[in-house]
Amino acid sequence: MKEVIHLPVQNVEEEEYHINMGPQHPSTHGVLRLVVSLQGEIVKSLKPHCGYIHRGIEKMCEKDTYPQIIHLTDRMDYLSAHINNHAVCMLVEKALEVEVPERVKYIRTIVDELNRIASHQLWWCSFGMDMGGLTCFFYGLRDREKILDIFEESFGSRLLHSYYTPGGLMMDIHPDFQKNVKAFIKYFRKKIKDYDELLTGNIIMQLRTQGIGILSKEDAISYGVTGPSGRASGFACDVRKHHPYGVYDKADFKEILGTKGDTFERYMMRMDEMLESMKIIEQLIDNIPAGDHTAKMKAVLKLPAGEYFQRVEAARGELGVYVVSDGNKSPYRMKFRSPNFSNLSVLDHISRGCKIADLVAIGASLDYVIPDIDR
Amino acid sequence: MDNAALKERILGLVPDAEYQENKQFLTFIIPPAKMHDLAFKLKSEADLAFDFLFCLSGVDMVKFLEVVYHLESTSHKHQLELKVRTEDRVNGAVDTVCDIWRTAEFHEREAFDLVGIRFNNHPDLRRIFLEEGWLGHPLRKDYVDEVNIVEL
Amino acid sequence: MKEADFRDNESLELFKQSGGNILMTTIDAVIDWGRSNSIWPLTFATSCCGIEMMATGASRHDFARFGIEVYRASPRQADVIVVAGTVVNKMAPVLKRLYDQMSDPKYVIAMGACAVSGGPFFYNTYHVVRGVDHVIPVDVYVPGCPPRPEALLYGVMQLQRKIKLESMTNPRKTEELK
Repeated sequence: MKEVIHLPVQNVEEEEYHINMGPQHPSTHGVLRLVVSLQGEIVKSLKPHCGYIHRGIEKMCEKDTYPQIIHLTDRMDYLSAHINNHAVCMLVEKALEVEVPERVKYIRTIVDELNRIASHQLWWCSFGMDMGGLTCFFYGLRDREKILDIFEESFGSRLLHSYYTPGGLMMDIHPDFQKNVKAFIKYFRKKIKDYDELLTGNIIMQLRTQGIGILSKEDAISYGVTGPSGRASGFACDVRKHHPYGVYDKADFKEILGTKGDTFERYMMRMDEMLESMKIIEQLIDNIPAGDHTAKMKAVLKLPAGEYFQRVEAARGELGVYVVSDGNKSPYRMKFRSPNFSNLSVLDHISRGCKIADLVAIGASLDYVIPDIDR
Repeated sequence: MDNAALKERILGLVPDAEYQENKQFLTFIIPPAKMHDLAFKLKSEADLAFDFLFCLSGVDMVKFLEVVYHLESTSHKHQLELKVRTEDRVNGAVDTVCDIWRTAEFHEREAFDLVGIRFNNHPDLRRIFLEEGWLGHPLRKDYVDEVNIVEL
Repeated sequence: MKEADFRDNESLELFKQSGGNILMTTIDAVIDWGRSNSIWPLTFATSCCGIEMMATGASRHDFARFGIEVYRASPRQADVIVVAGTVVNKMAPVLKRLYDQMSDPKYVIAMGACAVSGGPFFYNTYHVVRGVDHVIPVDVYVPGCPPRPEALLYGVMQLQRKIKLESMTNPRKTEELK
């Protein structure tokens, strides 16, 4: 008969070990390195390492003129490129006390909202893809192509248009713009129901996101988390409502606030925001006044000496542009308060205690775009 | 609170704050030693309640280094701008406010990395964008890099 | 691109004229056909060009028709690395390490103005590598900021033409960069 050998069983305590979700990773939405300290599968703490796409945009702005800076701000948060440009243009116009024509304000607001929808569509694609549902990727990008077609017809390129310029727009919109936008909204209202059927009601998605990554309202304010992620925790921070610009005061839309602040709430914020954006566009698209597409500006723009600050609501949060000018044609110091930078700082706080697979879901719901963090 | 009442309140808390003319925000220059206490009172007192620090920037004005804080109150909706200056370009240090507004943790690391301002009592003051061994602070006006920076 | 141009390879003509081994050319043709029609890339997108690369993979400009069926997350399993986006000093060692980890035969497509030469971030910046060919050897350059999906598809077709040039008697040498 065989002897049964009993091996001594040691009481091994689980030690903490570090893994590296390195800069090249399919689901970090860019080049972000997270050094995650795990105990088993539970996240104990994490440290983000940024700077893998730090291009020195703020230093470059000190040598460029204001119209040239538009091309750089495009590439910061490239998914809400128009909104970044809007901030810089408004800052220059306010400093030079130039009144842009009403037509320009209407077109800028409509294009901003289209950009917001396009950005949220891409967010939805990558949210589904990160959690493993690859179908979302194709559905979202198919519908995003329709918006990019509208942009290409009027502005000339699909991504990164540099369409706004201090004083107005670079060129007038295409005559078919209004018709195409209305057709898109009719089309997308039907498709967004598909999105809900595909992902929102999915039991796996709900189990993976409800109750995960809870952010309280005080923490959201203290960490400076704005945008849909902050509003999901109840922080009323929509710049379009509290410090209106463009023609947002003429459109009737709700500021959607959540209560729980978990991943599912942040998801629902963005889905509802897409519907609100469509509502804003519908109210404004038929009322674009006739007029010039730009105000009269000098060839060389020199801002008077002093400081200026402009806040806008980008797709991911509040973008602030702070300029210290000494009277030259380039700013002395240009600082971008980027929404993703503050949103990332809260990742450590809310992911403690959850599993590593949940970390991916939380990161997808915070929706950060890394070049905006690193500038 | 409107700007006049706010101005009196701030001058009451820190009498040697210097008021600066600014079209957009109510701006004060605060001596570095008084900044942390003032920040604590700005957040905790009920009629001030500045709980949202929406921008923290480091600026290199050649004679001094400056940290600019933009604050807002979510309940009272008033805004404020504070500046703290230090003349020492090598070891200039300012007290951190990241125990009061948690967003300052990352912003102060950025100010240290790019402009070179140190923050006392910061939990983890190290470079955030550039590599650990990078020499110099790029956003300073005297930063020289003959290889990369092409003068147009 | 016309099919006649696609199949037009001067080097292949020269090789045939010099009387290369018939057996080897048939095997080479089969191997090259297999390699060029199933290039699987590594997921590597740093900035804006990454979005156009994703759009090229989406349903309108589908690049699965060209053989790019799946993206591999691990460099050991990938054939091509499409460097889409700016490469900065901090990221350059990471890119070199990824390239070294890929197994032969491996190809590189530099997509976008930033990867080709530093792009809009060429002047006045202290942290950008002016062109990814300072770090790894590049096979195809696709200019544009960002390049249209059709431009990326043309770049992939150029890479396929380049792969069809290879043969077992004249293997592709990946240079050791110092």
